[in-house]
Amino acid sequence: MFDSYRENTLRYNPERCFGCLRCTEVCPHGVFTEKDRRIEVVRPEGCMECGACARNCPVQAIEVQSGVGCAWAMIGAALRGKDIDSGTCGCGDDGGSCCGGER
Amino acid sequence: MAPSSQPCCPSCSQTVQPAAGPVREIRTTDSRITPANRLDHFLARWGVDRMGHRVEPGLYRLGNPTEDSPVFASANYTLSFDALRSALAGHDGYILVLDTNGINVWCAAGKGTFGTDEIVRRITLTGLASVVRHRTLIAPQLSAPGVSAHEVLRRSGFKVEYGPVRASDLPEYLAIGRATPDIRRVRFPVADRLVFAPMELVHAALPTVAGAIVLYLLAGIPAALGAVAAVLAGTVLFPALLPFIPTRDFSTKGLILGGIIAIPFSAAFFGSTAAPGWAGAATALAPLLLMPPVTAYLALNFTGSTPFTSRTGVKKEIFQYVPLMAGMAILGAALAAVLGAAHFLGAA
Repeated sequence: MFDSYRENTLRYNPERCFGCLRCTEVCPHGVFTEKDRRIEVVRPEGCMECGACARNCPVQAIEVQSGVGCAWAMIGAALRGKDIDSGTCGCGDDGGSCCGGER
Repeated sequence: MAPSSQPCCPSCSQTVQPAAGPVREIRTTDSRITPANRLDHFLARWGVDRMGHRVEPGLYRLGNPTEDSPVFASANYTLSFDALRSALAGHDGYILVLDTNGINVWCAAGKGTFGTDEIVRRITLTGLASVVRHRTLIAPQLSAPGVSAHEVLRRSGFKVEYGPVRASDLPEYLAIGRATPDIRRVRFPVADRLVFAPMELVHAALPTVAGAIVLYLLAGIPAALGAVAAVLAGTVLFPALLPFIPTRDFSTKGLILGGIIAIPFSAAFFGSTAAPGWAGAATALAPLLLMPPVTAYLALNFTGSTPFTSRTGVKKEIFQYVPLMAGMAILGAALAAVLGAAHFLGAA
């Protein structure tokens, strides 16, 4: 209840993994861990769909529909009559910005 | 290293570049954060000249690097660049500043401007391969959504190694030669959450002031204060208290916080109204209906500033709670309008 973040679009195909462990390096939420020279998804609910793992997997063993989890951008897109998924993060556009920080 | 250009002929002032390679200028920087830098950071946090906090892209020399010194990639946003160079105090190295349009690492990676193409392009433009003997580029971990390490290797011959999430953990990373799981995890401590408050306030300021003036004219000072309180709760209190408010959804957290903030207003309205029975109860209900959706909407918009909300989840929140927020606000406004009309008729 009151948790919209339990499901996401992260999909992992263990058949393809050859254990380079790049995904364990790039994931900032500890979603992956190593087990028997392959990776294992141990914290799927921690995934924020940033797409770093998929982009750095040389064998496409990981798929995720990456995007910016920003309500500002999505509501803005919807209000302008565009597809809610078309909204990119507003940073760098003239119409204001959602994220102002450095991490 | 000055670009080795020369006149094309003795009588001509135009210069030509040698065919051998691109212009290679290496700028110099250091690890000092000056008062001018701090002012720049302050202005950036308040959204002043939003896109103007830029560093010239290119290669920078930090300390006294040799051809074996490490190379660090950075965004051309002053806060990113300054975090990196100050974290590297006492270290010698090169900083490869990419052109990310003055946007921080994480957001630029999401947009793809801190990405594979720009890294490969900047390596070529700066002639990095002839400056250092090794072929390793240390990139911030949070640039990984935009960078494909194996693609960079294939296209440039440079191996991307991801450093820690935070630049301040670089000394530890350099000392042990790898990043521990701890410095690979993104944290969002109170200081990090609160740096967004000024920007959130700046965004909300105009509609808030306008709303408060209208409410003051229609219903008096307490109502105007209620509007300001609801906005401050959503922009300042919410980020500060984020992990301590129950539920995971930002909207429900916002509704809870807004509800708590509304209670004193509700009590004050109930205490001050002379209206008997149903009208008194309705007066007390108005802030409870109007304030929580304002706080919750601002809370929902904070998702874009956090490093842990997925797009799937945020979309779910929007569809689930925005209609509820709108419903509460409309009901509250209707109630207030009826009460105002009744009061006006009664007084007249």
